Amino acid sequence: MSYLAVEDLSISFGGIRAVDHVSFDVDEGEVFAIIGPNGAGKTTLFNLVSGIYSPDGGSVRFAGRDITSLPAHRIAPLGLARTFQNIELFEHATVLQNLLIGRHVHRRSTALSHLLFLPAVRREELEHRRRVEDVIDLLELAHYREQRIANLPYGVRKVVEVGRALCLEPKLLLLDEPTSGLNPEESEDMGFWIEDINRDLGVTVVMVAHDMGLVSRVAGRVLALNEGRVIAEGSPADVQKTPAVVDAYLGAD
Amino acid sequence: MRFLFKTHYNQDIDHLKHGGDRFWYGLLLVLAAAAPAALGTFYLGELNLVMIYAIAGVGLMLLVGYTGQVSLGHAAFLAIGAYTHSLLLGVGLPFLLSIVAAVLVSALVGAGVGWIALRMTGIYLAIATLAFAMLTEQTISRAEWLTGGFRGLAVPQASLFGMPLTQGWQHYYVTLTLLVVTLLAALNILRSSTGRAMVAIRDSEISAESVGINLAVYKTLAFALSAGITGLAGALFAHRLGYLSPDAFTFLISLQLLLMVVVGGVGSMRGVIYGALFIGFLPQLLAIARDTLPPQIAQAPGLEPGIFGLILVLVILFEPQGIFGRWLKIKSYFQLFPLYRRATHRRQKTYLRTERLR
Repeated sequence: MSYLAVEDLSISFGGIRAVDHVSFDVDEGEVFAIIGPNGAGKTTLFNLVSGIYSPDGGSVRFAGRDITSLPAHRIAPLGLARTFQNIELFEHATVLQNLLIGRHVHRRSTALSHLLFLPAVRREELEHRRRVEDVIDLLELAHYREQRIANLPYGVRKVVEVGRALCLEPKLLLLDEPTSGLNPEESEDMGFWIEDINRDLGVTVVMVAHDMGLVSRVAGRVLALNEGRVIAEGSPADVQKTPAVVDAYLGAD
Repeated sequence: MRFLFKTHYNQDIDHLKHGGDRFWYGLLLVLAAAAPAALGTFYLGELNLVMIYAIAGVGLMLLVGYTGQVSLGHAAFLAIGAYTHSLLLGVGLPFLLSIVAAVLVSALVGAGVGWIALRMTGIYLAIATLAFAMLTEQTISRAEWLTGGFRGLAVPQASLFGMPLTQGWQHYYVTLTLLVVTLLAALNILRSSTGRAMVAIRDSEISAESVGINLAVYKTLAFALSAGITGLAGALFAHRLGYLSPDAFTFLISLQLLLMVVVGGVGSMRGVIYGALFIGFLPQLLAIARDTLPPQIAQAPGLEPGIFGLILVLVILFEPQGIFGRWLKIKSYFQLFPLYRRATHRRQKTYLRTERLR
């Protein structure tokens, strides 16, 4: 039984089959990459898995549980966190607040006790802070802790978004293009962090990527999509050599 | 410039961050408590009204400034609070119980409105809340058996701990206490996960969902909280009016409440207080301005809503963070002197965001 099992997943927007009968399995503890040219349906696939879209057909199972028809806010507490390609942070809040929002699924107190800020709420807040500081240490965000997202450079925002996802203490992390728009140095750091997250924190990672260097370095297996369909699956080196993948990127004659 | 050396997470959680805060807020509280001794009846009454506005503003700020849901219908919650309180006082309920009931009834109605309006955002939500306010106004004027309609409803005399509330200073202290309690409750919400969920919804609904925030629950909760607090202000407002009739809770009041939140500074509780002071003294300013204008303009119908709307537009265009934002700028000018540059507070560019999924 695989950890994340996507079976026969499809969705159409109007006449376009954005994801067309896609199936793949991710094992616990691996780094799995999804590649494909623009418009291949990678982000749509992520939106389907994380519950933002509901599919026209097919199923998604996570840790033995059917999550196909669950809304996004009920999937997150199961231990599935994600980032967005174009960064969806809470712009007018500080880095610290963004990371604390990531702790939402671990809250134990009710809104009524928040109104009175009972001692139990304070203890819980201190606990959240300790966990958030661990993430800040890991991703070296200490310098930006009190700054508003709106004032941060793009590269740092990317890291904060990964940090927010880590604050959920996920078992499975979906990273949508973690290195897009980053310079080579930032990309390399991101690669190391993904390795750390996978090895040290034991988080299974599924990522969408364009950067083949990064994919070859961190991913164990790769799935290639084109026009919503799976065209290849296997080790990074094999997939890169598959004729269908070369055609999809460079165009067949 | 003050540098804080933090040694414990509690320093981030506490309301008053350092000695300076404790001193100034303490002084403000002492001054507020001493005001009845120094002010005449008229100004004490005006200050009382400003504080009632401030309570309503705290409620509206939670909704508009922190959850990002616009409401043009908060006069309705003010009315519901006022009528519930007066009617319950009339049947002999004690003052405090009646206030609690007014808060609960308003919160319940607010939750209903919030739940119905779940799918609406922005201008559509504003129009829906406006429609709700008109509906409430109509209902109050038609339900004569209960509210007296346009004949009005006399607000019964209240008494607290066996002491009848007749004097201005008594009402002043009741309002001051409730304002402090409301502010503390609102700030408590904001420093816990409920408040952070509200901020998350304001800034990005899609990522709020994907960190596990149930949009429906938190939007409804925000509406309920906001309506409840505004209902509290309504109950106090009833005593100020003395006589309730539907035309005391018109669209103009809703507009004034929104104006207060925007002019004070969206997204800050201190802004509410600045906004309330502004709104409280605006009518006096308008009265003075009227005397200097030619009568054709001064007596024109709809002059007040026009001016309110104009102020709203100008503030949103030129100082979106309101009086509070202006205060921050002045403060950092002096802190950074002579290094302050206008660019320090320029609005930053927003990077491309994920396509809206609605």
